[in-house]
Amino acid sequence: MEKHDYYHEHSHSYAIYILVWLALMALTAITVAVAGMDIGRFTVVSALVIAAFKAYLVLTIFMHLRSETKTFVVFVIVAIFFLGISFVLLFSDYSFH
Amino acid sequence: MSSTEHTSATHVYRDDVGSRMGMWLFLFTELILFGGMFLLYSVYRFQYADAFHLAAKELNTIMGAFNTVVLLTSSLTMALSIVAIQRNQKTLSMLLQMITIFLALFFLVNKYFEWTAKFHHGIYPGSEELLSKDSGEILFFGLYYVMTGLHGIHVIVGLVLIAVMTRMTRKDIITKDNYVRLENAGLYWHLVDIIWIFLFPLFYLIT
Repeated sequence: MEKHDYYHEHSHSYAIYILVWLALMALTAITVAVAGMDIGRFTVVSALVIAAFKAYLVLTIFMHLRSETKTFVVFVIVAIFFLGISFVLLFSDYSFH
Repeated sequence: MSSTEHTSATHVYRDDVGSRMGMWLFLFTELILFGGMFLLYSVYRFQYADAFHLAAKELNTIMGAFNTVVLLTSSLTMALSIVAIQRNQKTLSMLLQMITIFLALFFLVNKYFEWTAKFHHGIYPGSEELLSKDSGEILFFGLYYVMTGLHGIHVIVGLVLIAVMTRMTRKDIITKDNYVRLENAGLYWHLVDIIWIFLFPLFYLIT
């Protein structure tokens, strides 16, 4: 019930979305700037870390995951976890060929 | 459930949480669809690192960054349209939805110019120019066309969906007290945005 009230108290504000949008814009600028630098293999790592953070902001704020019940959060974590497993299994298989 | 004994007011059973959960479950199937392609991309990028690096130089980073800004902004206007309907600002909500549609169209127009520029350089699937390159570069452009193409189809679906929502808002089917459809269309739209958040650095920012 507390969750529900939270949702209705806080989701009616425009400000939080505009702030998140500004953060997303800034992160886009950062990722382009970092890609222009020569930091070798860290280029792809930094690009993916920034992309993951942007996705996190979109999931929690724009997609309201922050104010949904825990069930939703568990669902999303499980889905991403299994996608992660696919990558781990693929690369463990690939590296032994 | 609606009961025949309720004569004073119509009592319609509604489960907004269930509705949103259904949408999320659908989004997970989208995650698997694109996830499979990202798997393919990651292995080939690993295998043909130099060719991917070379091929990515053909892509216009500024165009890609610009489209990222367009799509992120469209996500903002979509989120704001839900706030507007929660506040019972119907006209504002419709306006924000229409801006979202406009930005989606803008994204597609940019994509069109980007692709046609590639076509003019002779780079399209199966072209002689492309087939004369080495296999890593052919794979890069293959993945580029399939992944951004599939994403583009999602943008088209999303903008049609939002257009339907705008019509429903106008007809008061979507209201302050019943806006779960708009929320679900928003969830879909944000997913399309998230996919682009990953596509952009993986294709345009390889240095």
